[in-house]
Amino acid sequence: MVHLIVEITKYLMILLCAIYTYQCFAVFRKQDEDRQRKRFRKQSRILYLIHFMAYLVLYLVARDEKLVFLYFAQIILFVIIQNSYRLFYPKASRLVSNNMCMLLMVGFVILARIDIDKATKQFIIAAGSAALCLIIPVMIRRMKFFRRLTWLYAVIGVAGLAVVWLAGSTSYGAKISLNIAGISIQPSEFIKILFVFYVAAMFHVSTSFSQVLITSAVAAVHVLILVFSRDLGGALIFFMAYLVMLYVATKKAGYLVAGLAAGSVASVVAYQLFSHVQKRVLAWRAPLSVIDDEGYQICQSLFAIGTGGFFGMGLYQGMPKKIPKVMQDFIFSAIAEEMGLIFALCLILICVSCLLMFFNIAMQLKDSFYKLVALGLGTIYGVQVFLTIGGVTKFIPSTGVTLPLVSYGGSSVLSTLITFGIIQGLYILREDEGDARYDREKGKRSGKTEFFGEEVEDFNRE
Amino acid sequence: MVITYLFLLLFLGLMVYLVYFQIKRSEDFINSPYNTRQDSFSEQVIRGKILASGGEVLAETVTDENGTESRSYPYEKLFAHVVGFSTNGKAGLESTMNFHLLRSHAFIGERVIQELSGQKNEGDNVVTTLDVSLQEAAYQALGNYDGAILVMEPHTGKILAMVSKPDYNPNTIAADWDRIISQDENDSQLLNRATQGLYPPGSTFKIITTLEYMRENPSYEQYSFDCDGTYTASGTTIHCYRSIAHHEEDLMGSFANSCNSSYANIGLQLDAHQMNALCSELMFGEKLPVSFESSASRYSADSDSSASMIMETAIGQGETLVTPLHMLMLASAIANDGVLMKPYLVDHVENNQGIEVKRYEPSEVRQLMDPKEAQVLQEYMSAVVTEGTASAMSGASYEACGKTGSAEYGSKKGESHAWFVGYAHQDGKEDIAVAVIAEGAGSGSGVAVPAAKKIFDAYYR
Repeated sequence: MVHLIVEITKYLMILLCAIYTYQCFAVFRKQDEDRQRKRFRKQSRILYLIHFMAYLVLYLVARDEKLVFLYFAQIILFVIIQNSYRLFYPKASRLVSNNMCMLLMVGFVILARIDIDKATKQFIIAAGSAALCLIIPVMIRRMKFFRRLTWLYAVIGVAGLAVVWLAGSTSYGAKISLNIAGISIQPSEFIKILFVFYVAAMFHVSTSFSQVLITSAVAAVHVLILVFSRDLGGALIFFMAYLVMLYVATKKAGYLVAGLAAGSVASVVAYQLFSHVQKRVLAWRAPLSVIDDEGYQICQSLFAIGTGGFFGMGLYQGMPKKIPKVMQDFIFSAIAEEMGLIFALCLILICVSCLLMFFNIAMQLKDSFYKLVALGLGTIYGVQVFLTIGGVTKFIPSTGVTLPLVSYGGSSVLSTLITFGIIQGLYILREDEGDARYDREKGKRSGKTEFFGEEVEDFNRE
Repeated sequence: MVITYLFLLLFLGLMVYLVYFQIKRSEDFINSPYNTRQDSFSEQVIRGKILASGGEVLAETVTDENGTESRSYPYEKLFAHVVGFSTNGKAGLESTMNFHLLRSHAFIGERVIQELSGQKNEGDNVVTTLDVSLQEAAYQALGNYDGAILVMEPHTGKILAMVSKPDYNPNTIAADWDRIISQDENDSQLLNRATQGLYPPGSTFKIITTLEYMRENPSYEQYSFDCDGTYTASGTTIHCYRSIAHHEEDLMGSFANSCNSSYANIGLQLDAHQMNALCSELMFGEKLPVSFESSASRYSADSDSSASMIMETAIGQGETLVTPLHMLMLASAIANDGVLMKPYLVDHVENNQGIEVKRYEPSEVRQLMDPKEAQVLQEYMSAVVTEGTASAMSGASYEACGKTGSAEYGSKKGESHAWFVGYAHQDGKEDIAVAVIAEGAGSGSGVAVPAAKKIFDAYYR
């Protein structure tokens, strides 16, 4: 009987996720606000439905009371996030906040399935981070000095990365985390945001050749320290973010081409020089031939994705724990195994719709500093999603990065929530830019209570 | 704008790849013996049947009144290695098709009813390419010898029979396990010799030596050699069978008579490095392109090898080792004008009602040799039957072609494995290729040729 419920909900969740994903893209079409609002409300209903079904299955199989608490706590979190955005920031993008909750939700579900205690820890960190990040949009609006802290970003960034390189703890050959008072943090997760601010601040002032030269040198220092720490995924993310920002700031395609060429040459050199790079490439090209060794992780991941098939095994029906680091770098494989490849493909599309929103905002912002910030953060997000999913599916060699908002890891979730917070701030900024006549006091107040009332109603219906 | 499109392209590529992986590539990973996920399926599903191409049951799960499941193999030893077993680990098709046997594509309604009443679903059945009567003929043909026999269709790659001896009874494998393991050091009962046994190829290797000679000497038809029964070079003497002289002969004659002296002479004329390259082209030293367990054949002679090693290697002795499957694939490629088809054992997978779930189609591996080269080798292999060492096969209702071999092994002179690889054609019937190896049986002509003939006779009856 339980198995039957597992099976039925599995298909229902895939269907709902597909509808949600469709709405993600349908909202990009030009249409009146009422219809838009309906779509967003539909999305948030679907989110709660999937969440409910997943936890129902988790509870029926595991029979762990902690799951009940976790379920209600998470619902409270989602309600608070969505309503406080509408309460304090009625102009914020509902697509971004919906997607943020959706990605968090999928992460919460699959983490609870793998390890309830770690899922609880992750939930607490995510809840705290989300609360913290609520102030970010208002900071962006009120504080005008962000664009003047240029060298502070660079100094903190380089110093932070250097500390990790020299004193970090090693995991899977790479030095990426620092242990402070028993808590493991990954400074590069935060430094990448500072890095984007640094580059944006530099190019906001000028895009003269000398300015480009200085900025490139500092960017290279960031990237090289990461290479020395053997954090290849991190190095690639910083590198790509810089390249894209450079190209858009200068509008010179030559920089992009030269940068990509230099990157390709550097990859070949790195492959020739470093044995750990060769191992990764070998594990990518013929994982089954080195399954006992460097190919073990990727093979387990492909076993999971392959065995799961398009519709998945159903929650608790697979063996995601067989994959080393499944909760961090390989969370996508666990989702594909148990919830199905179709669900996982929808997840990719949801990430893509976030990315489109990031770039959309970047393109429409007139302020060149924030335009570059949105672009840089978008690129970081896009590259990170691509590297992690491409890596665990053997599309590209694995680089060991997390899937933002879904993977286990406090630094990752906090830094991504900060990114989403900044994006929301910029979205509001753009709305302000485009709507100078906006009546700040009255219009906002009357709007927010109405929204709040609607949302509570929605939730009760479920 | 450009950046947005670049990203969209990247993600589109990723998603297309994922779908492609799931449809085309996932099988390689799912069926890996390292993938332990499959075993959890047996809690929901009764393991499906393995069937012969005619529908005969080769393996099925029987549930007694207490609900205890046991695996039954009605043909007992006959299909031991190829079908394998699923207790005490897994082997054969039971291992490679494990995933499919444990999946159920029974009708949704039936599955819901089973689910609600707490019953297991019936797993999918695997329908093989194996032919029961041909398997029986091959089993009988090998007689009491240890060794292996393989039968395959060269134009499709379908394997029709696969026998390996010594064998075991899969019905009692759990009870016999300790005995089998303790004896395993001596006779390796569990080893599927057809695909994993490594043997010196003996004179069957002359097929490859001939091909290399043809490639290096476009005027190979002018080749001539006067055999007096032995050939000596650099202090090493190579003997023909029983040192009987073959006298004046051309390349085809040398091949048909399996003249060691002539081939030692040829071996010394060849570019050893190119010969090594040809062997690599012919899949030596690599995993064969099949989706079941197999060993890699070995070829090591190269430019720095001694004259004695070069001569030994040219006649299939030396350090060269091959699997019977590999020799079968070479003979099949020759029969198929140089194109190697991928050997396969499973025709399709069907649900418990016989509705097809997945079909395996014949697929081409690659062109192993030029069609013209293949045709010359066909002619030579035909001469082996019409006027050479396999003349016992001539005069039948079918045209047989092949190459015999007597592969010396161990330190004692005169002890040899009997080999035959070849194929036969009869209008109106699909061709078949056969590989026979009988361990320590003596000459290929004496034992392996009659065994292969029995199989051809049974097939073309």
